[in-house]
Amino acid sequence: MRRRALGISLWLLAVAAVLVVYALEPRLVSDFHSRDLAHAGVFFIAIVGLNLLTGYTGQISLGHGALMAIGGYTSAALVVHEHWRDVWTIPLAGIAAGIVGFLIGLPALRLSGLYLALATFAFAVAMPSLLKKFSGLTGGGQGLRLLEEAPLQVTGLSGTVTVFGHTTTQNHFLYYLTWGIGLLGFLAAWLIVRGRLGRTFRAVRDSEVAAASAGVDLARTKTLAFALSGVYAGVAGSLLAIQDEIVNPLSFTFLLSILILVGTVVGGLGSLPGMVLGAFFVQYLPDLSTRVSSAQGVPDFVYGAAIILVMILLPTGAGGLLRRLARPLTTRLYLRP
Amino acid sequence: MAEALLELEDVRARYGPVAALHGVSLSVGEGELVAVLGANGAGKTTTLRAVSGTVRRSGRIAFAGRSVARDSPEAVVRAGIAHVPEGRGTLTELSVRENLRIGAYVRRDRGAVAEDERRVLGYFPQLEERGRQRAGTLSGGEQQMLALARALMLRPRLLLLDEPSLGLAPLVVASIFGIVRALNEEEGLAVLVVEQNAALALEASSRAYVLEVGRVAVEGPSAELRRDESVRKSYLGY
Amino acid sequence: MLLSFDWTQLAQQVVIGLASGGVWATLAVALVLIYRSTGVVNFAQGEMAMFSTFIAWSLVHHGLSYWGAFFLTIAISFVGGVAVERAVIRPIERAPVLTVVIVTLGLFFLVNGAARWIWTPETRSLPNAFSTRPITVAGVAFSIQDLGTIAVSLAAVTLLWLFFRFTKLGLASRAAASNPVASRLVGVRVSWMLALGWGLAAAMGAISGMLTAPALASFDQNLMQPVLLYAFAGAVLGGIDSAFGAVAGTLLLGVLINLLGTYVDWVGTELRLPAALAVILAVLLVRPAGLFGRAAERRV
Repeated sequence: MRRRALGISLWLLAVAAVLVVYALEPRLVSDFHSRDLAHAGVFFIAIVGLNLLTGYTGQISLGHGALMAIGGYTSAALVVHEHWRDVWTIPLAGIAAGIVGFLIGLPALRLSGLYLALATFAFAVAMPSLLKKFSGLTGGGQGLRLLEEAPLQVTGLSGTVTVFGHTTTQNHFLYYLTWGIGLLGFLAAWLIVRGRLGRTFRAVRDSEVAAASAGVDLARTKTLAFALSGVYAGVAGSLLAIQDEIVNPLSFTFLLSILILVGTVVGGLGSLPGMVLGAFFVQYLPDLSTRVSSAQGVPDFVYGAAIILVMILLPTGAGGLLRRLARPLTTRLYLRP
Repeated sequence: MAEALLELEDVRARYGPVAALHGVSLSVGEGELVAVLGANGAGKTTTLRAVSGTVRRSGRIAFAGRSVARDSPEAVVRAGIAHVPEGRGTLTELSVRENLRIGAYVRRDRGAVAEDERRVLGYFPQLEERGRQRAGTLSGGEQQMLALARALMLRPRLLLLDEPSLGLAPLVVASIFGIVRALNEEEGLAVLVVEQNAALALEASSRAYVLEVGRVAVEGPSAELRRDESVRKSYLGY
Repeated sequence: MLLSFDWTQLAQQVVIGLASGGVWATLAVALVLIYRSTGVVNFAQGEMAMFSTFIAWSLVHHGLSYWGAFFLTIAISFVGGVAVERAVIRPIERAPVLTVVIVTLGLFFLVNGAARWIWTPETRSLPNAFSTRPITVAGVAFSIQDLGTIAVSLAAVTLLWLFFRFTKLGLASRAAASNPVASRLVGVRVSWMLALGWGLAAAMGAISGMLTAPALASFDQNLMQPVLLYAFAGAVLGGIDSAFGAVAGTLLLGVLINLLGTYVDWVGTELRLPAALAVILAVLLVRPAGLFGRAAERRV
């Protein structure tokens, strides 16, 4: 009984620490770096979503960058064409991407593994071309420039943002917005994973045949997983559009899909805590690689080497490491001597 | 006293952090057919894996006087021990003939290998018929025969057989055991067989060990174990 | 109607398509080799092939003939492939599949970066493997380059097939890919079979690169990226669980893309890849394991 109380209080302490760090960020991080942090938050949200799909339900997707594009362009189109305020477009962007995610989930019912990878990959590769094609809506190759075309709808136009009477700089606001949504998304994912749906996801991941024999509706589960992770990707894409104040086909290439997948695996498939580390890895590594040397080709070399090293040292990602570190603690808390 | 062909002394084995054998000692003499019995999870398969080097093990394992406790699986095969794994281990993508050929992978005497292929197919005419078929298309019984035939292609001195009766019809099982006994009696092939079907194994073997939770609980001549009612009821379930 | 159809043009376009397909086929075989032994698609296969092509360029630059460089590069690439497997794949042999996938992605960046660092990104060119004169067969003009490319690709794939089908080592390699656990029990050194697979894959990739480069006026470090896409797509179309499927699939894809580009106006040159991918997806929905693939038996 005392042990359970200890376990719960440790958890509460961890949650409190996270909230404190989140709230006090402007004291810790400069305005300039808050922008990067906000960008990392975008990755974080997309990665949590992909983890739900790949880590927990075992469905591979190489197309999440394209789902982010759906979200980003939905937001941008609403702002530029319909004159919505940018932050209010976020939910709709998530829903739009969720619907597309659901549609992508449909081929997943027939395909698996490599073939599913190809299907999602095809989607990711085709996205820039598709975006250029429907130029009436998407602005074609130029994209949509929120700041130029709809400045009044862009948050932080004046450099500061006032919310509930508090004023912060634009970058700090973007940080709060992104990570606030990120923490909520994390909480939602955590609740899903802990609950019945999470168990259903894992059943499908571990053995489709066994899950189906136990009465799991495979079609519903898989498409739901795709739709949910699509919502996350859409929200992430929307936040990206809001941060950059511009969207164009080059913002959402196949490379983005790869980065999100890398972040998910480095963070640890099937583990939520590691996702923050995965997001930071994907956000800051390219920059650090350039610091090593900016000679032609060297940053990519360093970047690739870093990815390989991390995977060799931590095959189950940061999440796997965290689990191993926490095991003595959890074993002692939850097992009788 | 002549040293046994295979000797295990206080052998321990584990799968990662989980210990499966807690000190198993047994022996198989030249030309003997010995059975290892016990319930699920008793460590029977692990014992065979300890011999063939496919699990982390410690303790003394001697084959023909030489220690093989640190040998890699390839080295154990080269020493003359053939392991027919649980579930057959059929190379499903390869043809029946190719399965046989790979059984002789470590041998260098090509002429003798060809002769052995003929001889082994003689024991299993069904396999000869299906020579070019993909091994994955064979029935369970045929795959078991193929696994056995493949092991024989090594010309082993000791055969490790893991649960040959698993998932097979009684008639097929009887036929397989018949072949194993014939090989043991006519060619002097030493056999260590793990079986859940205790009655069958006790009938075919001369000695038997009963494992329980990673240790030898009972051992002795098979005829005696068969007659001993208390052993049969407590350990063998019949 | 039939008489006015330009059969000559069709024949020519088919041959051109087969030539592109042939180049993709050798890379596709490399992908299959690694997929069957290691269980992943090696995203870095194209970059490794590109690296080999640059090595070939350097050899030619230092005075070797095209064919001398060709065979020497194949040998070097084989060793390189084995080295990569030992250094980077072996440590994660037991890791989850996606981990290995990410490592190959890391290799992609690493090899690409290395190639851009060692050979600065100016464009280069390789001499032609075959003469560029056209040859007339049954009254139709074809390029010797195309025919030679098809011949070399098929020869390479055939030699590989012969190796796997008729040699002891090839048999052991197939056994290791089919059932590594059981193969160990007959004495096959499964770990080294993996390394062999990577070496052979690298060699095939080198052939693909060295056939791709001469056909272009010039090339740079992005040479093999489209080839990888097409090789992957073709292999999946044909069925990635067999080399035959991969070769058939890529040849078919080559012809298909070329014919689409020639005869269907709105496809043009930009939409070729998306169009091809759409076709492949359509095929996969009907035959999920590819045209010639075997639906895997699923053990419960």
